Amino acid sequence: MKALAFVATLVIGAILLYGTMDFPAFGDPQSPASTHLSSYYIEQAIDETHVPNLVTAILGDYRGYDTMFETVVIYCAGLAVVCVLRRSKP
Amino acid sequence: MRLLQERTANQKSSDSPIIQTSVRIMVPFIQLFGLYVIVHGHYSPGGGFQGGVILGASFVLLALAFDLKTSIRYMSESVNNILGNAGVLIFTGVAVLCSLFGGLFLDYSALDVIIPMGPIEWRSFGIFLVEVGVGLAVMSILVSLFWDLGSAGGMDEGL
Amino acid sequence: MIWSIDLLILLLVVFCAVAAITVKDLLSATVIFGVYSFLMCLLWAEMGAVDVAFTEATVGAGISTVLFIAAILHTSRRSKD
Repeated sequence: MKALAFVATLVIGAILLYGTMDFPAFGDPQSPASTHLSSYYIEQAIDETHVPNLVTAILGDYRGYDTMFETVVIYCAGLAVVCVLRRSKP
Repeated sequence: MRLLQERTANQKSSDSPIIQTSVRIMVPFIQLFGLYVIVHGHYSPGGGFQGGVILGASFVLLALAFDLKTSIRYMSESVNNILGNAGVLIFTGVAVLCSLFGGLFLDYSALDVIIPMGPIEWRSFGIFLVEVGVGLAVMSILVSLFWDLGSAGGMDEGL
Repeated sequence: MIWSIDLLILLLVVFCAVAAITVKDLLSATVIFGVYSFLMCLLWAEMGAVDVAFTEATVGAGISTVLFIAAILHTSRRSKD
């Protein structure tokens, strides 16, 4: 059983490594991920928000919904843990 | 582990003065660094989430070096709950205020009606308000997670 | 992006990942997981994603290790399998 699991891991790893051969090179400016919206953010973010750190500008302004619901998810997780574990003293 | 459990069970305060003194000196600087990471997120790596985690880690460090009671004395449970709720409320409140003052949801430039300092400056300042909210919420939730997990909900003794 | 440093860190990451799931002692597994988080933080900082590296160093290596230890304290330290 252990040998079977090892062989399965090797085969899946080889398939995944074969899949990475089609990836664009590291930092390739012509890759699909960096031709669509990245150039707009890099050119316009400082003019539109006056925030030099691009990551903060994107997380806080352009993708505000994402950050907001991330905070709400963390809040709900904390609320659930408090509701399950907290025992109030009699 | 059994030894550790027995030690935390019948232990009033931990016993190493070296750790306690160094933690007592380190904690204000860790909190200052957390505030710096939140406030300076516009110009350097960092932001609300990381700064909130660092602020929460300072209280976790207090609870590890002393005991849970000391940590609760520095940051009481009700204040912690209020700060966590206020953090999420700041974020969603800013977003709702934007839509109330005529813009889109989370469009900070609409807040220009309140204090006229330009829509672009308001977008920068709105990001700052939101980061403060995220930092407060993350700090309080991490601290309460550690308190509840470390003492199994009793808040009296534990890690 | 220096490929030799990348290769070294990635080998250490794989080694830590295998060690963290094979070790019997859960406390040791937690500490090895912290080492794994720090190596991932190093890898991200080396690739230029400083914000992600910062988050990984604070959350993955700092807080989650402490929370794992707090959870292990109330269960058993030995893993069954």
